[in-house]
Amino acid sequence: MSNSLIIGQYVPGQSLVHKLDPRTKITIIFFFVFIVFFANNLVSYTLLTVFALASMFISRVPIRFILKGLTPVWFLIVFTFILHLFVTKEGTLIFDLYIFEFYTGGVIQGFAISMRFFLLILMTSLLTLTTTPIEITDAIEDMLHPLKKVKFPVHELALMMSISLRFIPTLMQETEKISRAQASRGVDFKTGPIKERAKAVVPLLVPLFVSAFKRAEELAMAMEARGYQGGEGRTKLRELKIEKRDILIYVLFACVIAGLIYTRNY
Amino acid sequence: MGKKLIEFRNVSFRYGDEQPWVLKNCSFDIYEKEWLAIIGHNGSGKSTIAKLMNGLLFPQEGEIIIDGQQVNEESIWSIRKDVGMVFQNPDNQFVGTTVQDDVAFGMENRGIPREEMITRISETLSAVGMQDYLLTEPHRLSGGQKQRVAIASVLAISPQVLILDEATAMLDPKGRTEIMQTVNNVQEKNELSLITITHDLQEVVQADRVIVMNDGEIWDEAIPRDIFSKKDDLREIGLDVPFVAILADELKANGISITKEPLNHEELLEDLWTLHLKT
Ligand SMILES: Nc1ncnc2c1ncn2[C@@H]1O[C@H](COP(=O)(O)OP(=O)(O)OP(=O)(O)O)[C@@H](O)[C@H]1O
Ligand SMILES: [Mg+2]
Repeated sequence: MSNSLIIGQYVPGQSLVHKLDPRTKITIIFFFVFIVFFANNLVSYTLLTVFALASMFISRVPIRFILKGLTPVWFLIVFTFILHLFVTKEGTLIFDLYIFEFYTGGVIQGFAISMRFFLLILMTSLLTLTTTPIEITDAIEDMLHPLKKVKFPVHELALMMSISLRFIPTLMQETEKISRAQASRGVDFKTGPIKERAKAVVPLLVPLFVSAFKRAEELAMAMEARGYQGGEGRTKLRELKIEKRDILIYVLFACVIAGLIYTRNY
Repeated sequence: MGKKLIEFRNVSFRYGDEQPWVLKNCSFDIYEKEWLAIIGHNGSGKSTIAKLMNGLLFPQEGEIIIDGQQVNEESIWSIRKDVGMVFQNPDNQFVGTTVQDDVAFGMENRGIPREEMITRISETLSAVGMQDYLLTEPHRLSGGQKQRVAIASVLAISPQVLILDEATAMLDPKGRTEIMQTVNNVQEKNELSLITITHDLQEVVQADRVIVMNDGEIWDEAIPRDIFSKKDDLREIGLDVPFVAILADELKANGISITKEPLNHEELLEDLWTLHLKT
């Protein structure tokens, strides 16, 4: 049971990618998402693919986890490819059978767009695979810090996220407990028509909500008793630190961007 | 007895204007370094007293003075530095995503520098025997382990008073004894005042002093031995009496003279085996 309770998809590890500051990872992925759309020829695509695949191999995250992250979007990738195959009528005709008229342009376009998708998904899932949710929370809190000036509740938002992360497994355990208790009283969640099953969820949700509210109230009181008075004047135990390796990665990524700009005009 | 640390002066409290009084004109003192147990039936106002000591609630009448400061809106933040509190449900007071984050929470609130937090975390976690669980998430801990972490979190802010509001109620007898042992060690080492609110007689017997609450009033205030000599009265207000005390009563009723009210089996045994020497 405890295995199914891991939040997100984090795969523990000690690789360079794991150890990078979460802000570095988020920044790089943010820019990667942009530059992927600048790739326009074989060389530039190869450059980005090499960068993405190298990150993947350095992270030492088993391929099956990455494939699992890709499953929901495989369809999209294949679909875009096929769509381009049919729609784009450029280049030379390479295949002609009834309505199936495929041009080289279609193949190239379809391939390029699918590749973009693939790279985007690969990089973003690499972020969640190598960074714990709490690290991401800390990074977001830190990166949104300037928004405090316009009264955006950055600290509160981060606290909310971290408390949710803390309580998701607890509430999941509780859901399981309640559903067992209700099942032992004859409530059937698993079989029967959808309408019946939906009805069976009510005796699950009601006690869950009641207990969640009670928890929230008690937690608020405990936090206050422990001296919580908002983000002002707080210090932090978890610390984010830019190390040499982060700088190295930034430099490397800058080179990739420069390389991309250069190879675009090939 | 040491210096007065907490004073309740004619404190009355109710949760709302329309609601009945939960505490009625309560006055008592708590001294430095003492262990005070508060007992009483469900709803007699014990938890309310605890929350008043921490400024989570304010009395409508009377005043509460903690270490020379009156509890009010301005003083609560400095009072909460002195008064640490552990609640009954270990799950609903665990704020951090890991053990070390949770112990840090109270210190972060007080702006304690990071380096000091790290040393205090390892100190307090060793004090409660949880030093090997620094990075463990709460849902992988048992109730007793979570309660130990809660105690460590409170100790980390080095309070002068530690309030345990039925903090051991969810534990098995072994876990309960272990935690009380831990708390007792820490109390003696750090010279804290300890206030335990409990239904566990074993805990009450070990305390220096006992306050018995009944319907929002202080029914009695004495050392454990004197409290448990009033067995019939205690039963009348819905409280339990330790088994040895009942046994001693039965023995007395059967003509065996017992010199003092025994608090545990050893004391009763002592009395019984010396009985023949005296007769
Ligand atoms: N938040 C609240 N709002 C209104 N009334 C409350 C609230 N909390 C407690 N009470 C009432 O105040 C009275 C005293 O409650 P308190 O929690 O202090 O009792 P207690 O002695 O701690 O009982 P227990 O042994 O069950 O923990 C009870 O009658 C209860 O119904
Ligand atoms: Mg209570």
